[in-house]
Amino acid sequence: MTLLRVAVAGLFVAAVSAGAAWGQEPPNAADLEAELVCPVCETTLDQSDAPVAQRMKLFIRERIAAGDSEDEIKDALVAEFGPGVLATPSASGFGLLAWLVPLGVVGGAVVAVALLVRSWSRRRPGAGGEPPLDPELDRRVDDELARFEG
Amino acid sequence: MTVARRVRLVGQGVAVGLVALLFILLVWALVTEEGGDLAKQANRGDLPPAPEFTLERLDRDGQLALSSLQGKAVVLNFWASWCLPCKEEAPFLEQVWRDGRKRGLVVVGYDSRDFRRDARRFAKRFGLTFPIVFDGPGDRLADWGVTGFPETFVIDRQGRILAAFVGDVTSDEDKRELRAAIEEALQA
Repeated sequence: MTLLRVAVAGLFVAAVSAGAAWGQEPPNAADLEAELVCPVCETTLDQSDAPVAQRMKLFIRERIAAGDSEDEIKDALVAEFGPGVLATPSASGFGLLAWLVPLGVVGGAVVAVALLVRSWSRRRPGAGGEPPLDPELDRRVDDELARFEG
Repeated sequence: MTVARRVRLVGQGVAVGLVALLFILLVWALVTEEGGDLAKQANRGDLPPAPEFTLERLDRDGQLALSSLQGKAVVLNFWASWCLPCKEEAPFLEQVWRDGRKRGLVVVGYDSRDFRRDARRFAKRFGLTFPIVFDGPGDRLADWGVTGFPETFVIDRQGRILAAFVGDVTSDEDKRELRAAIEEALQA
């Protein structure tokens, strides 16, 4: 009985995986060409007609036709040309730094500016609460309000 | 002074500082750059030392270190399978290798910015039997000042660069000069 349950569960998992893979769209060559860099001219592939860029475009189409995923195609190109072939650095390993460092710098700058503004605001002359209203003005405001409400 | 004005002044100061920093970095990079003029130095007769590399081999398993060829004369040819002039000079380089290998000459092909499979196909098509190393990302090209393919360097037995050929070696004159540089490298 247990064996039967395991077999059914296995079949279910396999069916779900196959369904997910079936439903996946194949990678788009134009999208990939915009995300990969020509190693010679250092522009994205879609902007380059260099011989190596043309060869890379052909490789991308061959791999798409062979059923490779976007990640598999990128990995294959990184294995040949190094991580510099990716227009955007990967979000793991050393490439993660390229994402985190600018975020850290921007975050630090925002905090620094906020602290500076706060510090300067405190030092403003006369700072420390609203100044008291002139008694004459106070009386006129009261009169106006009474007339308006009455 | 208002807070807004102070913030603006600080922003301007930071911007000017950043520009100055970038300028200093640019000057530093230009001053300390080692590659780029290696071919000029060699052709002036300065005998610059050949920059070291250890790279994956394409003609067989394993790696090849340039330093392991110390004591031999070396013709180092930078190429890629998609480079048309590289195809034109490939047969001549194979001939140079066959003519000189028994006298202590090694021709090394340096394939870069290329697919391994394409490079192997290229070598098979042109019957190249000399060692070929692979630097797909082109990480070491700057050490040699190589910005295009093909380029060929002649290194003497002491690891000094005797001559450099920027572009293909296909004209009779270039072929004569390359052979003359090889003779000099073998005798050095």
